Amino acid sequence: MTMTATLTRRQFSKSAGALVIAFSLAPRFASGQVASLPGSLANNRMLEAWLRINVDGSATIFAGKVELGQGILTALQQIAAEELDLPLARVAMISGDTARTPDEGWTAGSQSIEYGGTAIRLACAEARALLLDQAAKRLNSAADTLGVADGVVSGPDGRRVGYGELAGAVDLQREVTAKVAPKPPARHTIVGHSIPRHDIPAKVTGGAAYVQDIRMPGMAHGRVVRPPRYGAKLESVNESAARGLAGVISVVRDGSFLGVVAEREEQAIKARTALVASAKWSGGTEMPDPDRLFDYLMALPTQTSVVSEKQAMVPDGAKTLEATYTRPFQAHASIGPSCAVAEFKDSKLTVWTHSQGVFPLKRDLVKALRMDASAVRCIHVEGSGCYGHNGADDVALDAALLARAAGRPVRLQWMRDDEFAWEPYGSAMLARAKASLDASGRIINWNYEVWSNTHLTRPSAPGTDNNLLASWYLADPSTPGPAVNIPQPAGGSDRNAVPLYDFPNQRIVNHLITAMPMRVSALRTLGAYANVFALESFMDELAAAAGQDPVAFRLAHMKDPRARAVIEAVAKKAGWKDGGKGDGARGRGIAFAKYKNLSVYVAVVAEIEVDRGTGTIRVPRVFAVTDAGQIINPDGLTNQIEGGIIQSASWTLHEAVRFDRNGITSRDWSSYPILTMPEVPKVEVELIDQPNEKSLGAGEGSQGPAVAAIANAFAHATGTRLRDLPFNRKRVRTALG
Amino acid sequence: MAISLKVNGARHSVPTEPDTPLLYVLRNDLALNGAKFGCGLAQCGACTVLIDGRTTRSCTTEIGSIGDAEITTIEGLGTIEKPHPLQQAFIDEQAAQCGYCINGMIMAAKDLLDRNPRPTEHEVREGLATNLCRCGTHGRIIRAVLRAAQMIGKT
Repeated sequence: MTMTATLTRRQFSKSAGALVIAFSLAPRFASGQVASLPGSLANNRMLEAWLRINVDGSATIFAGKVELGQGILTALQQIAAEELDLPLARVAMISGDTARTPDEGWTAGSQSIEYGGTAIRLACAEARALLLDQAAKRLNSAADTLGVADGVVSGPDGRRVGYGELAGAVDLQREVTAKVAPKPPARHTIVGHSIPRHDIPAKVTGGAAYVQDIRMPGMAHGRVVRPPRYGAKLESVNESAARGLAGVISVVRDGSFLGVVAEREEQAIKARTALVASAKWSGGTEMPDPDRLFDYLMALPTQTSVVSEKQAMVPDGAKTLEATYTRPFQAHASIGPSCAVAEFKDSKLTVWTHSQGVFPLKRDLVKALRMDASAVRCIHVEGSGCYGHNGADDVALDAALLARAAGRPVRLQWMRDDEFAWEPYGSAMLARAKASLDASGRIINWNYEVWSNTHLTRPSAPGTDNNLLASWYLADPSTPGPAVNIPQPAGGSDRNAVPLYDFPNQRIVNHLITAMPMRVSALRTLGAYANVFALESFMDELAAAAGQDPVAFRLAHMKDPRARAVIEAVAKKAGWKDGGKGDGARGRGIAFAKYKNLSVYVAVVAEIEVDRGTGTIRVPRVFAVTDAGQIINPDGLTNQIEGGIIQSASWTLHEAVRFDRNGITSRDWSSYPILTMPEVPKVEVELIDQPNEKSLGAGEGSQGPAVAAIANAFAHATGTRLRDLPFNRKRVRTALG
Repeated sequence: MAISLKVNGARHSVPTEPDTPLLYVLRNDLALNGAKFGCGLAQCGACTVLIDGRTTRSCTTEIGSIGDAEITTIEGLGTIEKPHPLQQAFIDEQAAQCGYCINGMIMAAKDLLDRNPRPTEHEVREGLATNLCRCGTHGRIIRAVLRAAQMIGKT
C-alpha cells in the first residue's frame, strides 16, 4: 500500500494552489455564542474542512466517518457528487486522518449518514453555490440562470466554465452557513441509486485494501504477550532466551506489558510462543462462577435511574404476567484479529489504524505515550469488520510501544487468542418485565427493569484516564474509565428499553452495574439487542395471554404510522396468517423495533424449524421490512439489514463468551462458535423509501427484531418460551424436556 | 536457508525456514494481499489458497511440505482489470461487507466449481461450510457463486 506524504490540511490547501487563502472568518455573534449547525458541522464549522475543489475540476471530500465495511464512503460520495453536480468518479474521498479530516468522533451508533452525510450535503450545496456565484461573474449572467452538469457551468448564451477554472477564486476558508438549500429529492440522480461500492473490486482481487496489507521500508513485525487473566502481574520472563531467537530485534517489557519485534512475522510469532512459555504471572482478577453468572452480577453495586415513567388512573388488570430474560457476554469476534502499523520518525508518531475513532484514539495514545498532541497522527485504514469497539484501538498502542522501543516501523496483528480473550465484550444483561392486561386484552401497566454493565469504554469516553488496554499494564499505569451510561433518548444499557408502543402506565428502570468482572464496551446495538429481545418476546407472551394474534396485538398498541407500516408490510410479505399454533417443530414469529426509538424502523418475521431430538434450531427464512427515511443507496441499506439479521441469528443461536474462575476460555472458533454457511437463513428485505424524510442510520436496526422474531417463532412452534440466550442445543433440549 | 515455491505459475525462492507457514511467505515475501490471517489454526478459512487445485489453509501449511506443487492464490485467478468470473460475480452481487473473509470464500468456491460446475444452493452452502463470515454476507456469497457457475457455463 502506498503511503501518502505527510501534509496537514492547511499545507495541502496551499500546495494544491487551487484556493485563495484568506483570513476572513465568518462573523460570530457578539455574545460569543455561535449559531448551532446541523449534523457534524456543529463541531467542524469551516467549509474547507469538508471539501476542496481541485484545479482539474474534481472535488476531494474530507470525512471524519470511516469505512468499516458498511459501505459508508460510497454513500457519502454519492451525497457529495449529487450536491456538487459532479460525476462520482470525480469525487475523491479522504477519511479518518487526524491531520486532514474533520473530527467526527467515533464512526458508531448508525449515525454516519445522519451526521456526516448531513454535513457533507450542506457543505457541498454551499460550495456549489459559491462556485455558481463566481461563474455568474465570469459569464456576466445571474446565478439563477446558470445550469450545471458534470462540474461545468453553462450560461444562458451557451458559454461554459468549469469548476477547475473557478476554484482559485472561491474561498472555502469560511464558516458554513448551512443556509444553502440542498437539492430537492425529486432532482436526485445519484442519491437513491444502488451505486456499486468502490472498495469491493480490490477486496475480491487481492488489492491493497486493509491496514493488514501495509508494507513499509524497514518495517518489522511485532507480537504481544498478554497475561493469562485480567489484571495479572508479570513477575519474570526469560527475555534473553527470546532475544537469542532468529530475527528478534527487541523484546519489549514495560511493567506487565510484554511484546517482541522481529524481522519476519513468523519469527515474531515464535518469539511470542517462547515468551508465553517462560513468563510467570501473579495475581489478577478472579472470575465469576459461570454457572451462577447472573446471581453474581445482580449482587454487584449499581447506579439506578428511572428512564421513563407514565402514570394514568386505570383499573386493576385482569391478568398480570412477569418474565425474566438474559443475554450472556458476547464477542465482536472479528474474522481478522486487530492490526496496526506504527512509525516513529523525527520524534513524531504516525499510526495506521482501523479504529472507529482516530481522534479519540489519538487523545488516549498521546496520554499513554506521554507525547505532545502535535507529534501524533492517526490515519484510518480499513480492517476486518469490527461491529463496535474491538481490539482496534488497543493494538494501535501496542504497535506504538513496540515501534518506539525497536526504532523501526512495526506492523502488529494480534493472534486469534489475543482478540478473543482481550477484546471488550458486549455486556451480559438481565431484564425483568411485568405487565397487566385489562379484560379486553389491552396492556394497561408496563414495568421493565434492566441490569447491565456499561456499553461504553471507548478511548476518550467521558471521565476517562485511559481506555487503551496496554496503558493499564505499564510500569507507570493508567486506569480505565468509570462505568457510564449513554443517556436517553439514545440510551446505552437502556437503549430500546422504552417501548414505542402506547401504554397508559409505564415505568422503565435502568440499573447500571458499576463493577465489571469482564472487560466490556460497545458491541453493535449496545443494549438494544437484549432489550428488544425482552420487550418483543414479552409482547408475544402478552398477546398469547390476551388470546390475540401477535401482529394484531402489536398494531392495537402502536400509534406511530411508520411503525405500523413496516409491521403490516412484513406480515403481508411473509404471508402471515392470524392465529394457529405451530406443529411442534415449525413456527413463525414477528418482532419490531425503531432503533434507539430515534432511527430506522425494522419489522422482521422469522420462520424456524426445531429438531426436538438434537435441540437444533434452524432458521430457514427471514423477512424484513425497513423504513430508513430517505435511502441513499438501496443495495447498501439492504446489505446492512441482511447482515444484521444473520449476525443476530448467530448471537442468538450460538454465542456466549466462555470463562472459568481463572480467566476467559473462549480463545478460538471452536470455543466461540458462530453461525456457519449451511445454517444461514435466506433473508428477504423490502425497503420503504421516504425521499422527503431524513435518512436514518440502519447498521444496527435489524438485530433486535431478529432475535425476538426467532424467540417468538420458537414459542409458536413448540409452545415453550426461551428466555435465556443463546438458544443452543443444550438449552433447547432442556426447555423441551 | 532458501526454499523454492511455485506460486501463480512463477517460481520464487524465499529466504526462510521450512516450518514457516505459507501464509506469511505469500503476504510478506511475495506481497500477495489476498490470503488473510484470521486464526492461524485452520478454523476460519480467511487464508485459503489452492495447492494443486485443492483448498488448503495456508496459515498451517509449512512451506517445506509443499515441494513442487502448484500454489494458486486469488491474485492468480484474475485481476481488477480482468477478473475471473468468480471475482466478477462477487462484484456483481456486491457480495462483501468488510470483505476480510472473501478471499477464502472465492478460493473455496473455485475448488467447488472445478469439481462441480453446476452446484445446487445446498452444495454451495456445504462447499463453503468451513469458511466463516462475520458480517452476515452469506446470502450474497451464495448468490455470487451460483452466478459465477452460470457465467462459466456460458463461456
